[in-house]
Amino acid sequence: MLRDITLGQYYPSDSRVHHLDPRLKIILTLAYIVSLFFVKDYWGYVYCAVILGLVIHISRVPAKFVFKGIKALIVILIFTAVLNIFSYPDGTALAHVGLFTITIEGIQIAIKMCIRLILLVSGASILTLTTSPIQLTDAIERILNPFKKAGLPSHEIAMMMSIALRFIPTLMDETDKIIKAQQARGADFETGNLLQRAKSLIPILIPLFISAFRRADELAMAMEARCYGISTERTRMNELALGQEDFRAIGAAVLYGAIFVAVRLFL
Amino acid sequence: MYDMSIKVENLTHTYNSGTAFEKKAIDDLSFEIKDGDFVGLIGHTGSGKSTLIQHFNALLAPTSGKIYFNGEDINADKTKLKHFRTKIGLVFQYPEYQLFETTVFADVAFGPKNMGLSEEEIESRVKEALTIVGIDESVYESSPFELSGGQKRRAAIAGVLAMKPEVIILDEPTAGLDPKGRDEILNEIAKMHKILGITVILVSHSMEDVAKYVNRIIVMHNGKIKYSGTPEEIFGKAEELVEIGLDVPQITHVFKELKAQGIDVPDNIFTVDEAEKVLYDLLKQVEKC
Repeated sequence: MLRDITLGQYYPSDSRVHHLDPRLKIILTLAYIVSLFFVKDYWGYVYCAVILGLVIHISRVPAKFVFKGIKALIVILIFTAVLNIFSYPDGTALAHVGLFTITIEGIQIAIKMCIRLILLVSGASILTLTTSPIQLTDAIERILNPFKKAGLPSHEIAMMMSIALRFIPTLMDETDKIIKAQQARGADFETGNLLQRAKSLIPILIPLFISAFRRADELAMAMEARCYGISTERTRMNELALGQEDFRAIGAAVLYGAIFVAVRLFL
Repeated sequence: MYDMSIKVENLTHTYNSGTAFEKKAIDDLSFEIKDGDFVGLIGHTGSGKSTLIQHFNALLAPTSGKIYFNGEDINADKTKLKHFRTKIGLVFQYPEYQLFETTVFADVAFGPKNMGLSEEEIESRVKEALTIVGIDESVYESSPFELSGGQKRRAAIAGVLAMKPEVIILDEPTAGLDPKGRDEILNEIAKMHKILGITVILVSHSMEDVAKYVNRIIVMHNGKIKYSGTPEEIFGKAEELVEIGLDVPQITHVFKELKAQGIDVPDNIFTVDEAEKVLYDLLKQVEKC
């Protein structure tokens, strides 16, 4: 049953977006998200959506994967929409619902907010869909590196992140096994009241914690045996370097930004 | 009394059915395991053994096909799953990782408690199970995490045994144990089979272990049953077994080699004990000449 949960929604493919420097992808995604907050009218959103669609197309990730993330967002979308519809009582009134007034302005704001949210989540999911978790942590480490002097343990943070990611599937398998082993001894997780059900988790949680600690201990030992932490400057197998393709992406992003600014300023 | 215990009919199991990761783990299996059998289930990693044994006590539901226990379809009635899980005990690989209670006694009592038995019945079952696996009364109240590796494993096996199953399935019960611990566990399993008359299904990689104890071997390969028969029949097919990544006991290789060198020995020797006898007789003959 735990197998159904897919974690890290990386979609492996060989596209140009996948091959971009992950640092660049993170920064460009952040820039895109920031740009969304400067959009004023529907045409601006159309522009942002078209650009996003273009990136999705180049990334060769099936659109349904991108929109999967939005499905999980539906509750928040509805909540945002309702909240916004009722928050602008001073416009052209359309209808009155109890104490509240629905205005055209309210509806427009609600629509814009929802579009913004959808674009924001889709943009972020393009990053995680085209970048493997390992690349992501690597890039985060590099981006945080300048703050090392200020005492930020960027390497340690990245290492912890990648270890945590690495062990999620292992621990899920382990949980699956323990659940089955206890079921084989007649354990029942499905019936009973809340307290009984909570209690029935003990035979799963204790072995799981023990195994997690054991694994952590073994891993720490194995890392120390390979001299982890002795030298302060670790070199890496894959050095990240900006390539031609990356500069093209930067160029495209600058163009996107320039058009954006130009339209906002002059039209 | 039925004269058969587990009957499998056209059992197929597909993982991640309908997705890109679809994988047929077992493919149209049909066989029977008779009451009182000591069956060895062998096959290399990924041959479908583990998937198969999880079907025996309904932890996995078949994609298609049926499993009968004493004539009853075990998946027919969801409310009876617990009943079948106590009748067919499954000891997973590295079962010591499922220990969780504060004392050895309480951990072994987990199964019987889930069956809703009386306190006295639970106590007598726990004591009986722990005695069979050779755990001394002095450690009943210790934490299971203080036991040695071999003892932990035996306590975990006792946890399944205390439910008094009619069939016990053990997945690689000797994995990761030292030779002494391995022999002890296997002897205890043989004892269970003999004294309690339980049907035993032993999943193993070790041809030696299988040869020494079982009366029937099922060989799995790519989700299908490749061979099934007595140890003599199975280990007679040395080349075929090697071809699918398995082997015959080492002693069998020794005797084949001896025979190839022109020494008059039988080539159906599968255990060291048999070998000892044959060689002893042979030596006596040589001395006579």
